Amino acid sequence: MTETLKKFVAGLELDTRMLGMIGALVILWLSFNMFTDGRFITPRNIFNLSVQTASVAVMATGMVFVIVTRHIDLSVGSLLGLIGMLMGTLQVHILPQFLGLEHPLIWVITIVAGVAVGVIVGAAQGWVIGYLAVPSFIVTLGGLLMYRGAAWWVTTGQTVAPLDSNFRLLGGGAEGTLGEGLSWLVGIIATIAAVVMMVLSRRQKNSHGFKLKPLWAEFTLGGIVIALILGFVTVMNSYPLPKGAVRRIYEARGEEIPQFAVMHGIAIPVVIVFVIAIIMTIIARRTRFGRYVFATGGNPEAAELSGINTKLLTVKVFALMGALTAIAAVIASARLGSVGNDLGTLDELRVIAAAVIGGTALAGGIGTIYGALLGALIMQSLQSGMAMVGVDAPLQSIVVGFVLVLAVYLDIAYRRRAGQ
Amino acid sequence: MTHANAAHPLVEMRDIHVSFGGIKAVDHVSIDVYPGEVVGLLGHNGAGKSTLIKVLSGAYKRDAGEIFINGEKVEIHNPRDARAHNIETIYQTLALADNLDAASNLFLGREITNPLGFVNDDAMEAETRKIMGKLNPNFKKFADPVSALSGGQRQSVAIARAVYFDARILIMDEPTAALGPHETQMVADLIKQLKKAGIGIFLISHDIHDVLDLCDRASVMKNGKLVGTVNVDDVTDDDLLSMIILGKKPGEETITS
Repeated sequence: MTETLKKFVAGLELDTRMLGMIGALVILWLSFNMFTDGRFITPRNIFNLSVQTASVAVMATGMVFVIVTRHIDLSVGSLLGLIGMLMGTLQVHILPQFLGLEHPLIWVITIVAGVAVGVIVGAAQGWVIGYLAVPSFIVTLGGLLMYRGAAWWVTTGQTVAPLDSNFRLLGGGAEGTLGEGLSWLVGIIATIAAVVMMVLSRRQKNSHGFKLKPLWAEFTLGGIVIALILGFVTVMNSYPLPKGAVRRIYEARGEEIPQFAVMHGIAIPVVIVFVIAIIMTIIARRTRFGRYVFATGGNPEAAELSGINTKLLTVKVFALMGALTAIAAVIASARLGSVGNDLGTLDELRVIAAAVIGGTALAGGIGTIYGALLGALIMQSLQSGMAMVGVDAPLQSIVVGFVLVLAVYLDIAYRRRAGQ
Repeated sequence: MTHANAAHPLVEMRDIHVSFGGIKAVDHVSIDVYPGEVVGLLGHNGAGKSTLIKVLSGAYKRDAGEIFINGEKVEIHNPRDARAHNIETIYQTLALADNLDAASNLFLGREITNPLGFVNDDAMEAETRKIMGKLNPNFKKFADPVSALSGGQRQSVAIARAVYFDARILIMDEPTAALGPHETQMVADLIKQLKKAGIGIFLISHDIHDVLDLCDRASVMKNGKLVGTVNVDDVTDDDLLSMIILGKKPGEETITS
């Protein structure tokens, strides 16, 4: 029995480490569901979890590259705060003077400016780390202090509110979702794309005469992927909007208020996370830049001798991290609808924890984007779950800290046994 | 001599000088190699062989001196420049990224891309299978990271990388140090084969017998200085030993350093 199961899993050629993480997540969800009398695994809570995870998840994909190249970025939380503050000031105090309040271009200009700041600050840190050879730990520790201070200075500590209403859609409130119809459309497109990619990959492998996975394995994997995508859409489409929100939305559109239940659908920040995760996965696996990130992490000297400019690579990696931090700042501030002085505080630790729990090795060279997403989801589930169960805040921190250390220990033990 | 009919050496390193904070690692040394020739570089640890050769491969910067390829002066400031002049190097450390598979290492810095600019792993694996089929037919671990390979298998990946890209000038730094007898023989056969193809080879070695068997000439270094360059056919192993240990050329009585 175990023999056939082993054969089955081996035939699928799945990452056993990832299976372990999914297992941990399932156990976590089931236990929280038991302790909350079935309130944890509900469309409502899963929707909230997906929105709460988004900001950290976006940054965690960039942190994978940073850690893979044997660096660390402690400044992302503060940088998120600074960029959030700059974007808030721009859209609330500056742009309306020229364009008028709620102008449809405000959110676009704000985001472009925010991402530009992120890229510039990130590249500057990367330049100091790569070209001046100051350790990334120190450079970004300095950044952690500087950007938090700079954020305060933007408004001398005042909270900026209310944010532009178009901008706020990116945070995933009642209005900030795709709605039922669009969610199904996205789900179906994603399903078709997944199937097409599997077929193309198999065809190319076949054209080179490589050994192929058995067909049953391809169908099983494809089935799991499709079930996950459509299952997620179904759950998001089972969470009804509150009656007040429905009335507000339909009145704003000047349409008749429907009598049936209107569903949320997938939240916009979650769509952003998926798009970024796909782009970052393509960068990691299919571009030279991604290949050089991993080669440099595996053996910096070898990468240099192969003609890779590892200093410039460091600048690019940190610039990318800065851009992703800016996008995370959009999601985090849009969700709250305002920018306070503490936006993003301690996020650097959540992001690093997500990447590391997701299997990114601090020694460099190893890490995956999907792992970081799973890591972010595990961290957020743990925190939300404990809050729902009613665990005291200090105990929550103790548990999260303990789980982080335990996860890394298990990872090390696993790698040792797997001989990696 | 093998190079009697070539007008210029394939590579000439002239009066190269490298110092690391007051220590003269390479002290005004000149060496050259002709097409189809193997030149051995001998000397103790710290004699400056690897430093000298890393100037040619672009890993180190020289403080003074010139490099000529086919009689033309060239500038080599980094490994990319060296590769552009078809200079390939097999480093003693092998310089492999342990977390990547054989194909990714073989093509590192020179990936095969599709028309959209994305790396084409399947095409690279197919090419790797072809060249490994010639170099080391027993090699089967194409999907594993190279950290999972044996010393000999790792060495064959490093060699395949140097040979695949039409090297004209090959630098081999202790290529057989980590190998068993069978694999050492494989490397020796490969050197003879490359020599026939007209490639110029610098072979750094500790092993005098390697040098006597495989090389046409030998340059000996001691304390950063060139002791001398001799035709291997004209000297005995004792001559070479006294050059390495005493820094004395055959027929010379005094120690030059």
